[in-house]
Amino acid sequence: MSAISTEGLRKVYPIAAPKRRGGAPPYGPPGMSAPPPVASGARELVALEGLDLQVGAGEFFGLLGPNGAGKTTTIGILTTRVLASAGRATVGGADVIKDPVAVRRRIGVVPQRANPDRGLNVLDNLVFHAAYFGIGRAEATRRAMAHFEQLGLTDKTHEKVDALSGGQQQRLMIARALIHEPDVIFLDEPTVGLDPQARLALWDVLRDLHRQGRTIVMTTHYMEEADQLCDRLAIIDRGRLLALDTTAGLKAKAPGGTLIELELDEAANDAAVRVRELDGVVKADATGSTVRIQSSEGGRIISAAIEAAEAAGRHVKNITLKEPSLETLFIELTGRKLD
Amino acid sequence: MSESIAATPVRASTVFVALLHRDVRVATKELPFFLLRTIMQPVLFLVVFGFLLPKMGFVRGGYQTALLPGILAVSLALSAIQSVALPMVQDFGWTKEIEDRLLAPVATWVIAAEKIINGVIQGVISALFVLPIARVIMGPIPNLTFGHFGDVIVITLLGATAFSALGMWLGTAIAPQQIGLMFSAIIAPMMFFGCAYYPWRGLDAVPVMKYLVLVNPLVYVAEGMRGALTPEVPHMPLLVSMGALAVIAALFWNAGLRSFRKRAIG
Repeated sequence: MSAISTEGLRKVYPIAAPKRRGGAPPYGPPGMSAPPPVASGARELVALEGLDLQVGAGEFFGLLGPNGAGKTTTIGILTTRVLASAGRATVGGADVIKDPVAVRRRIGVVPQRANPDRGLNVLDNLVFHAAYFGIGRAEATRRAMAHFEQLGLTDKTHEKVDALSGGQQQRLMIARALIHEPDVIFLDEPTVGLDPQARLALWDVLRDLHRQGRTIVMTTHYMEEADQLCDRLAIIDRGRLLALDTTAGLKAKAPGGTLIELELDEAANDAAVRVRELDGVVKADATGSTVRIQSSEGGRIISAAIEAAEAAGRHVKNITLKEPSLETLFIELTGRKLD
Repeated sequence: MSESIAATPVRASTVFVALLHRDVRVATKELPFFLLRTIMQPVLFLVVFGFLLPKMGFVRGGYQTALLPGILAVSLALSAIQSVALPMVQDFGWTKEIEDRLLAPVATWVIAAEKIINGVIQGVISALFVLPIARVIMGPIPNLTFGHFGDVIVITLLGATAFSALGMWLGTAIAPQQIGLMFSAIIAPMMFFGCAYYPWRGLDAVPVMKYLVLVNPLVYVAEGMRGALTPEVPHMPLLVSMGALAVIAALFWNAGLRSFRKRAIG
């Protein structure tokens, strides 16, 4: 059984509405292939246009897309905070519209921006949240201390929330999302605004959760984050699903395959012309003394490329080889960069 | 998929009690600020109108008797409205703190209802604080009776519910940057034209006003308090005050819950 399933999920916001999430204007280059998000002439904004997703139990699933892609709207619908305009969605078998209470019992949510209860101290944030799920104070405290231990918040237990740093608050949000032991955890851009060190620490926490067998759905607009953490990825833009596969599978779909860079001793123009003639070379460009080659046959063309460069009277000083990346695929799919 | 502990149903009453416990905990910590915010204005009015003016001989002796129920009504209304509206504006407007409660496994209206009940409690508490202060400032109040205590309780609960629910409605419908406007354009006129500082029957002198003020819910709380606490002062029939408050409370309750839901679920 799927932990999460959506069918034809659609969300339309009235343009005048004050809260139109996912409504960021397109800021990519003009003349893109994607259809505009606004329905013809109507005063409404389509944030999601027929999204179909299946997430398996125990899967670490990523929703990747730029701002305004519809990621937060998707999470909003799945966490019962946004009403879908059309379509169906279930979480843990419960329908998000017909039985939101059953869905809420099964989910933990880490919001995009930490929103701890500032009227309560760090421990009570968890104890009261647990109480909303019918968990007694003693049990909640025991669980909270275990989470604090794992998340490095033990010395902050009795502090005011305002005494925590941004990263610590985000970890508190994770502890809060876990206190009632939900089956499914949603994280909406959990590392935005964190310094690199805090981000890496958070990644470790998320990997741990994944190892515990929980289903995790995370939105991000960081390629590297999606690549590092997720089993499968959905690339969405303007409310539409553009690609859905394992991270490796998606990378294999990246255009031009492997990127090979040859650094030469002098101007690379002649060498690039010769490299272009080789089998398995999709594209070869010269920038200064560097030749950038897109190879459809991985690293197998390297020796031929070196020969071609030497035939042009150049010596190769350095070689780098880059695997197909999500970023190249994303640019191919959407015509724009992620951030 | 394994059934975790969290997947077992929780009774709505359990969640309600936990939510209320949270609000009482926070309110207790902030009690001095809460009192300063809600009873300052009624107490200042008591000092000027219940003590200074009578001392100067500008108002007649019976005025204090008419003033006391009105002051109680104002404290009740002000604190009930504010203890719901201010947190709502803040929580939905920028802190988003309420989101952890919106994820509680309970119907959304239960979360709103808890907030309104919490406002009722705070309204009653501030009226209870004002009563002895009034006695100290104004001295013995002629014709004050607690003989109709049941009526006092009914008016207090209905009035607090009406204003707490109004606070829910305003707090969820008003944009955060317009919160100042709420005080100057809604609350201030309500206080001054709410028959709190003068009895409704006194408006016989200005008939247009007498009927215009009937749209103001505070009128029924003040007049109801007069009917229950100081029946000697000419007042609106108690049953009319109670009936009007019941209708107003139901309307505001409905509007408050709808507006909350609209903010909670996009």
